[in-house]
Amino acid sequence: MPKVPIALSVNGERRAFAAWPMARLLDVIRQELGLTGTKEGCGEGECGACSVLLDGRLVNSCLVPARQADGAEITTIEGIARRREWDGVRKAFLDCGGAQCGICTPGMILATVSLLGQNPNPSEADVRRALAGNLCRCTGYLRIFEAVARAGRRNPPGECLQ
Amino acid sequence: MRAYIPGYELDAPRTLGEALGRLAAEPGRWRPFAGGTDLMVLLEAGKLDHRRFLSIWRLNELQGIEFAAEWVTLGCLTTYTDVLRHDRLRREFPMLAAAAAETGGVATQNRGTLGGNIANASPAADTPPALLAYDAEVELVSARGARWLPYREFHTGYKTMQLQPDELLARIRLPRSTTRFKHYYRKVGTRKAQAISKVCFAGVKNDATGEVRIALGSVAPVPLRCSKTEAAIREGRDAVAALASEIAPIGDTRSTAAYRLRVGQNLLQEFLHA
Amino acid sequence: MVQSLIGVSVPRKEGRDKLTGKALYVDDLRFEGMIYGATVRSPAPRGRIKAIRFDPQISWAEFTIVRASDIPGANHIALITNDQPCLADSVVNHPEEPVLLLAHPDRYLLEEARRAVTVEIDPLPAVFSIEESLRGDTIVWGDDNVFQKLGVEKGNVDSAWSDADLIVEGEYTTGAQEQLYIEPQGMIATGSAEWGVTVWGSMQCPYYVHKALKTLFGLPDEKVRIIQTETGGGFGGKEEYPSMIAAHAALLAWKSGQPVKIIYDRAEDMAATTKRHPSRTRHRTAVSRDGKLLAMEIDFVIDGGAYCTLSPVVLSRGTIHAAGPYQCPNVRITSRAVATSAPPHGAFRGFGAPQSIFALERQMDKVAAALGLEPDEFRRRNFLKTGETTATGQVIREEIDLAALLDRALRESDYHAKQARFARENGRNRIRRGMGLAAFFHGAGFTGSGERNLASVVEVEATAEGRIRILASSTEMGQGTNTILTQIAAETLGVPYEWVAIAQPDTGEVPNSGPTVASRTCMVVGRLVESAALGLKQTLLGAGLGSDDSPEGFARACREYTARRGVLRARSHYEAPPGVSWDDEKYQGDAYGTYAWAVHVAEVSVDTVTCEASVEDFVAVQEVGRVIHPVLARGQIEGGVAQAIGYALYENVVWRDGRMANAQMTNYIIPTAADVPPIRVIFEERPYPYGPMGAKGIGELPMDGPAPAILNAIESATGISLASLPATPEALMAALEQVHA
Repeated sequence: MPKVPIALSVNGERRAFAAWPMARLLDVIRQELGLTGTKEGCGEGECGACSVLLDGRLVNSCLVPARQADGAEITTIEGIARRREWDGVRKAFLDCGGAQCGICTPGMILATVSLLGQNPNPSEADVRRALAGNLCRCTGYLRIFEAVARAGRRNPPGECLQ
Repeated sequence: MRAYIPGYELDAPRTLGEALGRLAAEPGRWRPFAGGTDLMVLLEAGKLDHRRFLSIWRLNELQGIEFAAEWVTLGCLTTYTDVLRHDRLRREFPMLAAAAAETGGVATQNRGTLGGNIANASPAADTPPALLAYDAEVELVSARGARWLPYREFHTGYKTMQLQPDELLARIRLPRSTTRFKHYYRKVGTRKAQAISKVCFAGVKNDATGEVRIALGSVAPVPLRCSKTEAAIREGRDAVAALASEIAPIGDTRSTAAYRLRVGQNLLQEFLHA
Repeated sequence: MVQSLIGVSVPRKEGRDKLTGKALYVDDLRFEGMIYGATVRSPAPRGRIKAIRFDPQISWAEFTIVRASDIPGANHIALITNDQPCLADSVVNHPEEPVLLLAHPDRYLLEEARRAVTVEIDPLPAVFSIEESLRGDTIVWGDDNVFQKLGVEKGNVDSAWSDADLIVEGEYTTGAQEQLYIEPQGMIATGSAEWGVTVWGSMQCPYYVHKALKTLFGLPDEKVRIIQTETGGGFGGKEEYPSMIAAHAALLAWKSGQPVKIIYDRAEDMAATTKRHPSRTRHRTAVSRDGKLLAMEIDFVIDGGAYCTLSPVVLSRGTIHAAGPYQCPNVRITSRAVATSAPPHGAFRGFGAPQSIFALERQMDKVAAALGLEPDEFRRRNFLKTGETTATGQVIREEIDLAALLDRALRESDYHAKQARFARENGRNRIRRGMGLAAFFHGAGFTGSGERNLASVVEVEATAEGRIRILASSTEMGQGTNTILTQIAAETLGVPYEWVAIAQPDTGEVPNSGPTVASRTCMVVGRLVESAALGLKQTLLGAGLGSDDSPEGFARACREYTARRGVLRARSHYEAPPGVSWDDEKYQGDAYGTYAWAVHVAEVSVDTVTCEASVEDFVAVQEVGRVIHPVLARGQIEGGVAQAIGYALYENVVWRDGRMANAQMTNYIIPTAADVPPIRVIFEERPYPYGPMGAKGIGELPMDGPAPAILNAIESATGISLASLPATPEALMAALEQVHA
């Protein structure tokens, strides 16, 4: 069966290529588009390491077939990294110890951005719900909650704890 | 990735008519593919046996939430997120909202659909017990026409259902008759998020009229409306014993038959006392 | 003078790259001409390989195929006993054992091909539990299924029973636990007879891989080069198994002449790689009426799986920690690591200690109840104090006040008031609540003479501009190696944090600072960084650096030194702290240079409708020496507690004939963001004179205590005494029904 033409916009840039229609968007992003910041942790939509925004909505890119991304707008961690408006999120994760091994981090940032975009001042319950689809095995999540709360409140820089 | 991806087809018809035409022209050759949150998992594991799919994800005809006097009608592509963002739906059908909130994480809720949750036919699915207790009906459409079916008649056995190869599950409607009922939904899955249910209980009751409807998930080959248990309650018989005779839980890697039975009974008691 | 960097939460060294997606993990690397590798595995637990069949539908000529006979050197993964083959040759000893390797440029075709190979096995009898293994009806390893047997004797246990007012017995078991690092294992290799073998990958211990590949290929040191890429979590799971994957990738590269990448998918990673050893512990405890421990007899057995791998060392740590931080005049610990037909169990944070400490801390509650004492009071009466001796006869020389840690934990958790309130309210409620605690210690660094034998080396280098590079094989896997080693070097040299860089762990460039395991990186390697940095400073002081020079003065001295003498590099070698002695034969003496000490308290609720337990609040009080980086240290404790909550309540490896039946993240469940309680982390800091700036080890400690604390709390909430991990709702329900029956 033949590959099909796919045209999409990734981080604001238009790209056109041929792909197997059932290829995972995750593989398209990492291999075809060369954006390796999006990670694979499980391939079954359970860990959230492959989170990206698809037409503004958080999705697990391992569960999206290439054909369904045709014509879509995709934002990956590389796109978020270029945006100054999310500096506060990065700084909060850095200050609060929200990233350890870093493999869940791109997905966590995407989930955080997706949450804060809709709700700039989330409660802890909101944060827990918003991040429940992103597994982290290092931090125990609490440093991440603190980072998200801080990024949301746009607190002045400083020591996160105490 | 354990599947041979080049061996799979995924076409994207632009209209519902085109999709139904394709299904009618080659019955059984094509199967619908919506948000992919179940099918892609099978694909990853190399366990997706069917090879040709039609993406219905962008068909406008299968979307939307509409309120009428007696019914609310939901397009089968209504996502869990759509449910959660619809205040009126949440208010009138809190069990549906609870099920949507407990299905996967946000990313899954953004892609998973009510139609997919039904047609994937998993006995452990989260919304079917709620839909069963709400007396949902489902609309099946084909190039031949459309028909409405009580949802409780839809599942006929493990992964089998009343759906012809040329038919699509198009809409779901819920009678707006339970606004004065008590609604009790509880999914038991050990951890608090992203769990697959070990037992799922949905029940509504009207203490004034004595009307009661109960459905369970993960305790039988299909999501089960428990009419014998309902009858026992109405007739003042031992409902807990009736439930035990009506459900047939199994043991698997997620739980044991004994646990599922006892928790099902405990949830029933909690519902009855609620 | 610059402001001190110790005790300050500087930004994680590689943090920015991780937050922007720039950090490169092994699967992010692509080499010119690279192809992909896959592993064909044993379908059966044990048997003789009868035939390997290749489906003729596949064009096999396009594939690189490697069998045991293609191995240039010795067919084993060099570790302790060298009993584990790299590829099974004539027999298989566990499900998922590697038998054959395939490589191809097309990943999809590679998967088709893997499915098209059939390994036919003539079955041999297999063994699936500790009990079966000990029974010895079927021997699957050596003469008696026993990898290792250890014994610890203190005082005279046999004569103590007759003086006891009370003797309490208990048996405890723990299940396997999957490390579940979120980055699956993977390696890329190149190889040729001319250039040797180079491997890049996700790993904790580059020199373990180095040793394994030298043996496998029969190559000298300099022809094997191992480079660690950014590593997405390890927790022990990337201690020994990476050698296997590196070996496979290198064999395929060697045969194909092309770079080969092997990345495990989650299902393969869970089914084939190591897990925490399952265990069974029997306790017999003698006490006096006034609550003093008189004798402890402990029988500790771990399931090592089909090959020895690291089991003797895991057993050692589990054994030494089995009697806990208590003063008891008479102790006998006998322990065995036994073989079964499961994939080898291996390193996982805590390394045997979480298993034996679980048993002990449940037993302590049981004994307290038998005595009619509160759990905290019974422990308090028996805590080790400075000057007293552990089970191995080690005299505790450091100042330690476990009672103070306990007091703090009780106060912070409001233990007694809550316990009293729950006792009043529980009877009426659907939700029952309880409090539970555990007191424990964890030895930092390798056991006994281990650190002496490792003889670790670190180098520190300065450029002409005064910029510093630390050369060590210690790896960053999220725990903060890069950051704390940088802090220590910068502090020692009086230069800014930003001036110090960490060399990529590459055996072609960095010396062997030992494996990144055993809570040793901060304490042992950090100390080596400190002394190498001091050596470097000494050299500069002799060459014109003033003792109170600013960073600019330091840079000036570097410039002058390198202009005159060239490269400026200092090296440090491990030296044991004074007065430490260990007898490996008798298992007596100073098991560890020092210990971290802790008391954890869990508040748990149990829903009587579903028997689901939930940790509502958690207090972790510990003494880990000086805290170098408060945020990282806190992250270590919180992360460890979360893993231990999973161990206690959720994480259940379901075995079917030696194979993990739930090798999916959907069915092997770990805590999500919705499941972790608030964790209050409190450090009591007592600087350790032989650690860098007073630091000790921290990484494994938080894995030890939460599981018993949680099960103790479940008992306090429900009256149900569970003796096995995990405490699933199914287990609790079954126990409740038994009580009612």
